[in-house]
Amino acid sequence: MTIALDIHIAEKRYGQRMVLRDVSLQLQQGEVVSLIGASGCGKSSLLSIASGLDREFRGQIKMDGAPLHGVSREIGFIFQEPRLFPWLTVAQNVAFDNDKDPQLVKRLLSEVGLDDHAAALPKQLSGGQAQRAAIARGLFTQPRVLLLDEPFSAVDAFTRMKLQDLLLRVAHEHRLTVLLVTHDIDEALYLSDRVVLLDGTAAPALTEFHPGPSPRKRGDVSAAALKAAILDSLHV
Amino acid sequence: MNSRSAARAGAATAVANAAAPSDAHLAHEQRVARKAPPPHEGSASDIPRAAAAPTVAAATRSPAAETPRDAPAAATRVAGRQRWRRVALGLLLPVTALAVTEIAVRSGAIPSHLLPAPTQILDTLVDLGAHGLLGHIGASTLRVAAGFSIGAVLAVLLGATVGLSRRAEALLDPTFQALRAIPSLAWVPLLLLWLGIDEAPKLVLIAIGAFFPIYMGVASGIRGVDRKLIEVARLYRLSNIALTKRVLLPAALPSILTGLRNGLSLAWMFMVAAELIAASRGLGYLLSDGRETSRADIVLAAIALLAILGKISDSLMAAIEQRCLAWRDSYEGTQSP
Repeated sequence: MTIALDIHIAEKRYGQRMVLRDVSLQLQQGEVVSLIGASGCGKSSLLSIASGLDREFRGQIKMDGAPLHGVSREIGFIFQEPRLFPWLTVAQNVAFDNDKDPQLVKRLLSEVGLDDHAAALPKQLSGGQAQRAAIARGLFTQPRVLLLDEPFSAVDAFTRMKLQDLLLRVAHEHRLTVLLVTHDIDEALYLSDRVVLLDGTAAPALTEFHPGPSPRKRGDVSAAALKAAILDSLHV
Repeated sequence: MNSRSAARAGAATAVANAAAPSDAHLAHEQRVARKAPPPHEGSASDIPRAAAAPTVAAATRSPAAETPRDAPAAATRVAGRQRWRRVALGLLLPVTALAVTEIAVRSGAIPSHLLPAPTQILDTLVDLGAHGLLGHIGASTLRVAAGFSIGAVLAVLLGATVGLSRRAEALLDPTFQALRAIPSLAWVPLLLLWLGIDEAPKLVLIAIGAFFPIYMGVASGIRGVDRKLIEVARLYRLSNIALTKRVLLPAALPSILTGLRNGLSLAWMFMVAAELIAASRGLGYLLSDGRETSRADIVLAAIALLAILGKISDSLMAAIEQRCLAWRDSYEGTQSP
């Protein structure tokens, strides 16, 4: 299997505070990896560095073996909040990068179940619909890697489950490599081929868990044992 | 029936049952519920905010209420009634004040040479109308339009520069804040010295008045843009110009429009200051003329015209603001006091 994204962070500091030290994470092509860890352990910092948004670190990010310098159209990013531009319609938000491909916008909105909301303003959407629009926007540049920073944490449990299934479907259909930051261990175990527990300044910084082959079922008995092991590692 | 349509039908039935309906009512409510945009996947947070209200309204509507086909017309009628109610409410205070003044002056409680009755002021306006009032209104309006335009263009350019660049802020903002603190009348002698008594000093004074609120609105609007939106824009590798055009200015628009509205209202005030000092035409001149000839009715007629013109221009700005900011999801107040 080829490595789609190779993250190596020698050091990331905020002022005097060390957040990440000697963290190396490789994502195989088409793999879904969840990153979990305690608050402040460096998950979001790692994701921000991987996306190219944060360039103030020591280390290197490679995509298909080539070093990345800054943001790339090959990497999509979905934030914790939908972050839609409120003055643009849903379709204009999705096509923010380039409004010359209405067919792609239409297809993506259809994929996320927002066919009828192309002309709606963000204020007219529910939280779940807004996050669907954000997913469609993240897919518009047709990225090969999708980074998600706790994307479903602000929606209710039922919507979260629907959005999780939506993510699995689009990841499969678009053959995406996915790195997901989450606080929800059940979500990580359901969605991921690999769950990585991060403690940014520990040695080693990463501990891996393998939930087993997909498709996985919610509330699987084998997942309970893995969840207990993860909680144990988190000292919860 | 697939699961989604089953859930939708179930939701419609539940809504109808909650209203304890007859069979005919039940059928009507189901029609209404189907008319509303379908909630996605049936989950609570997935129901569009805009769609939720009509569904609730449908559940509480009586069987004799309008059919869904009438709904837009009924909504327009309700909006029209609410608009007229607002206008009537806005007129209540001035009309009452005018009526009380009229009675007080006619009864002799207030001497009419100090405060003429509103009907006398109206007569004066009619009389002035036959003697070049439109020329005075036109002169003042043109001065405000020209001075405001000059001030607004400079304020938008400099406000955007200061908002976008910390270096420009360090260079310009302290000076502008000091200049902002200078009272309008303090500029007058200097402008008269430099520019004489023609149109130029009046326009410059009005431009100064309009400049600062607009400058503040633009600069603080840009600095107040949500950092998270800029982070999204950075993913698209926008140039600084594209970032300004596509994200910063639209996001700062509420603050910019508030600045423009305040700037326009100050432009009217500064116009009066300019015309009071040196003018042979305009509403400020009328004020000055009324004072010199001890004609309180002319002074009050000019004040009334200033109020009306100011209100018209502010309403125009408010309409532009409302149109440009239709996307804003903000608090609109309640009907209750």
